[in-house]
Amino acid sequence: MRSLALWRGAGLAVLLAVAALVPLDGNVVLTQVGVLVLLYVGAAVAWNIFSGFTGYISLGAAVFFGVGVYTVALFTKHLNLVGGAVFALYPLGGLVAAAVAVPFGLIALRVRRHTFVVVTIAVFFIFQLMAYNFSWTGGASGLIPQYLNWSEATVYNPFYYTALLIAVVAAVLAWAIWGSRFGLQLRAIRDDEDRARGLGVKTMRVKLTAFVLSGFIIGTLGGLYFYFQSDALPQYAFNPFFDLTVALMAFLGGFGTLSGPIFGALLLEPYLGWAQQQVTNTYAAQIVLGVLFLVVIIFLPRGILPTAGEKLTALRASRQRRAAERAAGPPAGLPVGAAAAGGSAEPTSRSAS
Amino acid sequence: MTALLRAAGISKAYGGVLALSDCSIEVERGSIAGLIGPNGSGKTTLFNMITGYGRVDSGDIYLNDARITSLPPDKVFALGIGRTFQLTRVFSRLTVMENMIVAAHHKERAGQAGRWRNPFARAGGPATRKRAMELLEFTGIAGLAGDRAETLSYGQRKLLELSYVLIAEPEIILLDEPAGGVNPTLIGTIAERIRELNRQGTTFLIVEHNMEFVMGLCDRVTVLDYGNAVVSGPPEVIRSDRRVLDAYLGTAAEEDDDSSAA
Repeated sequence: MRSLALWRGAGLAVLLAVAALVPLDGNVVLTQVGVLVLLYVGAAVAWNIFSGFTGYISLGAAVFFGVGVYTVALFTKHLNLVGGAVFALYPLGGLVAAAVAVPFGLIALRVRRHTFVVVTIAVFFIFQLMAYNFSWTGGASGLIPQYLNWSEATVYNPFYYTALLIAVVAAVLAWAIWGSRFGLQLRAIRDDEDRARGLGVKTMRVKLTAFVLSGFIIGTLGGLYFYFQSDALPQYAFNPFFDLTVALMAFLGGFGTLSGPIFGALLLEPYLGWAQQQVTNTYAAQIVLGVLFLVVIIFLPRGILPTAGEKLTALRASRQRRAAERAAGPPAGLPVGAAAAGGSAEPTSRSAS
Repeated sequence: MTALLRAAGISKAYGGVLALSDCSIEVERGSIAGLIGPNGSGKTTLFNMITGYGRVDSGDIYLNDARITSLPPDKVFALGIGRTFQLTRVFSRLTVMENMIVAAHHKERAGQAGRWRNPFARAGGPATRKRAMELLEFTGIAGLAGDRAETLSYGQRKLLELSYVLIAEPEIILLDEPAGGVNPTLIGTIAERIRELNRQGTTFLIVEHNMEFVMGLCDRVTVLDYGNAVVSGPPEVIRSDRRVLDAYLGTAAEEDDDSSAA
């Protein structure tokens, strides 16, 4: 167990070192792609803190993202900000998204499972429609910040490091929550919400806290996205594919695990970026995304990392069994596998002793 | 001496079906009370009404003379009523120890009221973990503390449910068929543990179909039939009550008499 933790730590350190060095390469396109990858890592991790830990699948993450986008866009416009000052607004995008998450959660978290998914989608479309139809959001033409006259070679570096910072903070937060009392309550809700309630867990408060926290992080990333893209448009700020992508990333890597969403985002976002450049028809990439979603849900419902872990454990167990078989000679009567299984799962003898 | 737990005139209908009609029971402090009755007589519904898993249509429930009618489950639990379920409900993807810690949160918090807590501190302090291990040893599943609850057998889950209800130190524990589907050796263990806890002051209300278990363990038995408490009294009286024989025991009554004589 300890060596596993050590390996994980080492892996993370290498990953982080590589991530920190990417912009130094001087390749502007690479840095630009890197910003999006990190943005999705942060979003998938944040989504997982609520949906992965509690089992409530939300397809409304784009609500928080879009609210972050428009919050920063509106403040930038009305305060006439440009450059580094806009970066200081990102937490504000998160705060407004968190404020939106409170009533959103109070409504949506009364229902569970499929109904919850449908409610989150409905709320998402309400927000997208509002963005299209209010005058102060700029309607379909959206909002555009002032021109950023930073050097073209390094213009994306501040965005990159900010996204990296948010992603790392989100991952550390997820890790800290996992083993905490709060995290344990979230995971108890995932397993049996009513039972958790019967053991004194204030389920609504616990769910809502995770929902708001998740919304805050995603809102912050929305703020970053606005300035990075230099526009706030309804179809991109409130993008249904953002919802699907974020959920798919977490499912692909490992739903409800700590490293799964990071892994899923690192794997999927570069592919999506690449696919969009390969085909002129952007819908093709989206269709592939939809198919991938189905394949993952059906064949890898627990994600790549947990499934691979299980396979590895099973492989190791069968190898040990075979080694034991060789040592013990031919089995007498009972197959060795069955005997071993019976020995480890004998319920009565152990509990009665 | 007033009753620790009192349900007065509880009625509850699901759709057109009356699950409980004007049902009243009392559980004395320090006793082991039994609740028996045919399938569908309203035993589990009564448990649900007491523990907040559903609202009563009419009637009132009192704990220590304080009205707790239709309070939510977390409040009922905090006031000192613990329960287990007929079909065991444990947190399957948490370890046995984590299951215990979830149930201990309420008590932990009461112990450190007003003090600042680090929200990211590891769940379950050393005192809680020690207490959890003691209880798991008491119920005989300490060796499984690190295993995921989903790997436990049915009987072991029953013991885990009992253990994590115990860690919150409730005044009264409602057990829904603790012996159902459990092998005879384990039934003996469970009965022994209940007696021991009762000696230490915990009150019990037990729903059970295993007559031997109920009659051997309980000080007082209440019989439910069609959502109504038909009769209540010591096991000897219940055994021979004609209404009980009619409503519930039927032809099995003769066998029961034999075993009581022995």
